[in-house]
Amino acid sequence: MNELRYLPSGDSSLIIEVGNKISENINKKIRDLVYCINKAKIKGIVELIPTYSTILISYDPIKISFNGLVEKLKEVEKNMKEIKLPEALVIHIPTLYGGEYGKDIQYVSKHNNITTKEVIKIHSEAKYLVYMLGFTPGFPYLGGMSEKISTPRLKTPREKIPAGSVGIAGSQTGIYPIDSPGGWRLIGRTPIKLFNLDREKEVLLKAGDYLKFYPIDEEEYKEIEKKVKSNEYQIKKTILEGDN
Amino acid sequence: MGYLKIKNPGLLTTIQDLGRIGYQQYGIPVAGAMDRYALELSNILVGNNRYEGVLEMTFMGAEIEFNINTKIAITGANMKPTVNGENIEMYKTIYINKGDILKCNGLIKGCRSYLAVSGGFDICKVMESKSTYLRAKIGGLKGRKLKPGDKLKVNKSDYTLGVRKIPKDLIPEYKDEITVRVIMGPEEDRFTKKGINTFLEEVYTITNQSDRMGYRLDGEKIEHLNGADIISGGISFGAIQVPGHGEPIIMMADRQTTGGYTKIANVISYDLPYLAQLKPGDKVRFEKTDISNAQNLIKKRESKILKLIDGFKKEKVKPKGEIRNFKIKFKGKTFNVGVQEIK
Repeated sequence: MNELRYLPSGDSSLIIEVGNKISENINKKIRDLVYCINKAKIKGIVELIPTYSTILISYDPIKISFNGLVEKLKEVEKNMKEIKLPEALVIHIPTLYGGEYGKDIQYVSKHNNITTKEVIKIHSEAKYLVYMLGFTPGFPYLGGMSEKISTPRLKTPREKIPAGSVGIAGSQTGIYPIDSPGGWRLIGRTPIKLFNLDREKEVLLKAGDYLKFYPIDEEEYKEIEKKVKSNEYQIKKTILEGDN
Repeated sequence: MGYLKIKNPGLLTTIQDLGRIGYQQYGIPVAGAMDRYALELSNILVGNNRYEGVLEMTFMGAEIEFNINTKIAITGANMKPTVNGENIEMYKTIYINKGDILKCNGLIKGCRSYLAVSGGFDICKVMESKSTYLRAKIGGLKGRKLKPGDKLKVNKSDYTLGVRKIPKDLIPEYKDEITVRVIMGPEEDRFTKKGINTFLEEVYTITNQSDRMGYRLDGEKIEHLNGADIISGGISFGAIQVPGHGEPIIMMADRQTTGGYTKIANVISYDLPYLAQLKPGDKVRFEKTDISNAQNLIKKRESKILKLIDGFKKEKVKPKGEIRNFKIKFKGKTFNVGVQEIK
């Protein structure tokens, strides 16, 4: 991996460039760096935005200068090896595939010459890395989908896709956090809310987490939906095996 | 509790504070006041926290009836404000009596006006902020712009607050053609030399497709070295993106958290408030500066503001002696009135 680059982004933000491509290794380094920077509690840092291959750090220039901050960040970088980094979390997403909830699953199976059962198996077998969040509140950019189920977007986007819809666009998969228009091929829906203002933690995911979908039936869906509504549902989280 | 009643909201009036800080990592835009300097000054004048939520009025201001005795202040764009038909001064604490009507009567200069009410609005914060983010319908009053008939509850105001006035040298002057200073990068190396020269030498016009999210500019196209796309990364306030078509977009308060276009430069914090007061048709030029200069400008202004606040705090109105009660007859009704002398 190349040396980190520190680039100014105006007088109140800087960008740490970790790499210039989308890769799990680069993103893992970003997750570790974010952890260490947060832990260092550098005076003047306002917030961090981790993305695919860079971290944007916004800071208060009244409290710290650009050069001062870069110096502190280089120290953090140097001391990283001595810090025990936390393992990545896998968030398990119960998903009802097909039917009314995933109208395009037949299209996806036909497009790829496989059965819908196989689509479900392939989609729910993989672990997907949350590279970053953006686009709409809580929307995860996921990596790691098999090319065996990749499908082009709809030519004409739908006007309203319900929150929780799980879809495929090209070789990407994703979940809609809020009702929104969109052109993804819908294969299922989760009763879990990625973005919920009534919850203490409004956004479920963070960059660096992994997602795993698991199939449920309609009965389970309704049950979980009820529990989610009354804030009783415990989302299953495990530690990623083989990390670190 | 007292409240404000919106008789006419104007074109686009929303509640804004400094914005949602710390949530961009989850894809939540900052939002907040477009002109943060005017936001701060308005709050300072009414004794609020510098970043309390205020009304941001755009282009055409509001007409508001006050159902409370309070103090207000208006900063930013001059919209010819009157109270009960009488002109009022901007950048100054104004005492308001229950029943008073504030009206904006047109736009003289700038684009956004800020109305602070002493004590602030009594509304719930969403993710630690009162700011309205219209696209996701969060914050402010039900996540939307104000409409006729809306009632905004107001917290108790500071009764020791005297009349404050912002000194002239701290009041910005707005023009419809300005030069803003920029720090080049972070993707300066993705443009040709010619492209960079174009950017720094030409004049750009704010188009109609400009809003709280970003200003789309019209002008000479800026040449890329090798395409306009980058891997999506974080975007700061005032970042100047240049998409494939070559015309720059300046990212403002409601900007999305990440984007995949090359950023040629970033407007410095000191000049952002001036930019936020530009409206469609206004013109802007860009001038290169360096980080230490930009950071010094901010520091200097900050120390001026702190001095100003210190001075204001010393001017507190202090009550003297006991409250004396009187009975007053007015139009056949009897009122109990408490009176206390203030210094």
